[in-house]
Amino acid sequence: MDAVLLARIQFAMTIGFHFLFPPLSIGLGWMIFISELFGKKNQNYKAIGYFFGKILGLIFAVGVATGIVMEFQFGTNWSEYSKFVGDIFGAPLAAEGIFAFFLESTFLGLYIFGRKKVSKNVHVFASLMVAIGATISAFWIIVANSWQQTPAGFIVQNNRAELTDFWAAVFNPSTLVRFFHTLDAALISGAFLWAGISAYMILKNKQTEIAKVSLRFAIIFGLIVSLLEVYPFGHEHGRVMARTQPEKFAAIMGLYNSQNAAPMVLFAFPTNMPPDLKAKIEIPGLLSWLALGDVNARLKGINEFPADEIPPLFLTFVSYHNMVVLGMYFILIMALSAYKIRKKTLWENKKLLKVLFWSIPLPLIASQLGWMAAEVGRQPWIVYHLLKTKDAVSVSVGAGEILFSIILFALIYVLLFRVLFVLLKKKVNNGFELLTEEAI
Amino acid sequence: MDLNIIWFLLVGILIIGYAVLDGFDLGVGIIHLFTKDENEKRINLNAIGPVWDGNEVWLLTGGGALFAAFPIVYATVFSGFYLAFMLLLAALIFRAVSFEFRKYSEPKDKKYWDLAFGIGSLVPALLYGVAIGNILRGLPIDVKGAYHGSFLGLLNPYALAVGAVSLVMFVMHGAIYMTLKTDGLLRDKMIRRANTSWIVFVLLYFIATFMTIFSGRWLFESVLGFPIFWILLALLFITIIYIPIGLKTKRFGNTFTASTLIITSMILLVALSLFPKLVPSSLDLGYSLTIYNASSTPRTLETMLIIAIIGVPIVLVYTIWIYRIFRGKVELNKDSY
Repeated sequence: MDAVLLARIQFAMTIGFHFLFPPLSIGLGWMIFISELFGKKNQNYKAIGYFFGKILGLIFAVGVATGIVMEFQFGTNWSEYSKFVGDIFGAPLAAEGIFAFFLESTFLGLYIFGRKKVSKNVHVFASLMVAIGATISAFWIIVANSWQQTPAGFIVQNNRAELTDFWAAVFNPSTLVRFFHTLDAALISGAFLWAGISAYMILKNKQTEIAKVSLRFAIIFGLIVSLLEVYPFGHEHGRVMARTQPEKFAAIMGLYNSQNAAPMVLFAFPTNMPPDLKAKIEIPGLLSWLALGDVNARLKGINEFPADEIPPLFLTFVSYHNMVVLGMYFILIMALSAYKIRKKTLWENKKLLKVLFWSIPLPLIASQLGWMAAEVGRQPWIVYHLLKTKDAVSVSVGAGEILFSIILFALIYVLLFRVLFVLLKKKVNNGFELLTEEAI
Repeated sequence: MDLNIIWFLLVGILIIGYAVLDGFDLGVGIIHLFTKDENEKRINLNAIGPVWDGNEVWLLTGGGALFAAFPIVYATVFSGFYLAFMLLLAALIFRAVSFEFRKYSEPKDKKYWDLAFGIGSLVPALLYGVAIGNILRGLPIDVKGAYHGSFLGLLNPYALAVGAVSLVMFVMHGAIYMTLKTDGLLRDKMIRRANTSWIVFVLLYFIATFMTIFSGRWLFESVLGFPIFWILLALLFITIIYIPIGLKTKRFGNTFTASTLIITSMILLVALSLFPKLVPSSLDLGYSLTIYNASSTPRTLETMLIIAIIGVPIVLVYTIWIYRIFRGKVELNKDSY
């Protein structure tokens, strides 16, 4: 295997694994802050915040551990990329450190270990800083990623992209839509983990009264964020993509030939050579309307782009469509649960509680699929229309060395995942604990 | 003073911040390898528990700042040190998870996470020195800035000697930190550890410095004429001499300040002797990566400077505040590791 492919596999693996944890930290972070806020007056919420604080501690640790790799991987594996984009790409990473990582790490220490050392208000403030830190972190890393997708604020000279306008680079055309879309996905991930664990506790008859409060909170929160994800965040993101990255848009939508009144494909099997969709179900004109606000508008298909500049068609189509299906499922399941709470029948509805429990990994899967669509859809470019992925790898690193590090990280990550899973399970089985006055 | 020099100093400050703060975490982790008693182990973990993660952020921010300010160095050195770097990352991963994983593990499994914490601290403490040693010695970089070295080439006697210095220095720093966090018999034990590591440190420091005269004579050529070089050297020697005195008279706060100054002055001495080079080339000094030929554009350096001027004071304020909250001896409770 060649070094480029191996370097891509390594990046996909390390970022994919890492990307399981920060979304959960963001989602849990905000939900813990809300719980701590309610917990100032309500013992149940205090216990809930305390419990999920421990869960966050475990998840955050793995997020930190796997994140260290990311900070340096551009240099180790993608040195030509680093040289080309360093003038622009390094700044958001450094800003993430200064504005986000310090805040998050320092205040998480205070939140977990400082309960007895500071006042209630300072303790709640610490949880807010953790949530804000995690969110700022997402912002800067998405600035960096969005610049790869829709570069702005630069000129290419001296064999590299040189910064001309910092704010144009930061708020490039896709930054904000991508940020809100991704941030909301993180909140959904947190809500489903929270709801799933709470449902599990009700099923196992563990502190049912607290678990009901916890579940109700997660369902309300989860319903709101699931709805927002489709509209406006997902919708707006799609519209920006149609305008800024038409090849990617055509690939993920299965639009292989340019047409007027382009249909939205709901379901199909994509086939290659020549690209086609089998067994498709579609709504005529919907895609044109979603992208440009006009049912009859003409959209560019894959056929209009140079053959060596189009992304892989199968993977982008399949990952995007499965993400959308999951997004609809999240609304459905949260709305149904909210309805059952209103009818006061959720607590006895074992089936739905089980469904909630087993849905825990689904938002994480949806997030992974969304990223696959976004990143694979950018191929063959590492920086859209500026630098190809194959020209970006480290020249001094051999395929053997990369293979070695892939195996090393794969083994470590399997181990971490297993241990994390066992410890989370144990923690959940121990259940909530009400904090007595002297323990507060 | 131009922007490139400012960024040379700022990256230096981030490295010093990291070495001083995470330095004692690494030291405590290495001491943890030699700790048998469960209660003492928990004191080790909780002495750094609330702060180690924030300390490690100095490394991440330093990495980001290096990428932003001197991308050619970031790209060349990190890809050049590929396998060593992977080893470092693996060690840091294990250290990062060891606290939480140990806390919730069954008693019989805790020993594995003790080992992860210990080895995960020892390997970085050694490798940082090995990296500095190799940079002082010069890396095989050609006229185009391409790296031509091997992994085994990094493990040369000189670099290993510098690695041993950094390892022992962090153990000393960690033991001195622990004298602030412990009491009674356990503190006496930490004082003994600090004294022992001080002796080994002094010995290794002189060996490594002696070797530097042979491996990189040019490093001394320009600096001997700078008064600041002699001031830093004097500071280094005074603080080194103070360590056993401070420990004997039980002025632990002062001793910790002294070991902080040892680390600071050593890094500054290294920086001063390299300046304006960042990575000297062992093939021809003319091929070296410098703060001018490896930097970002003035616009980026300026933007980054504004970010640093806004961000760093805020970070320092709340970091100092939180250190003050957690100051004093370790108390174990149900939330502790």
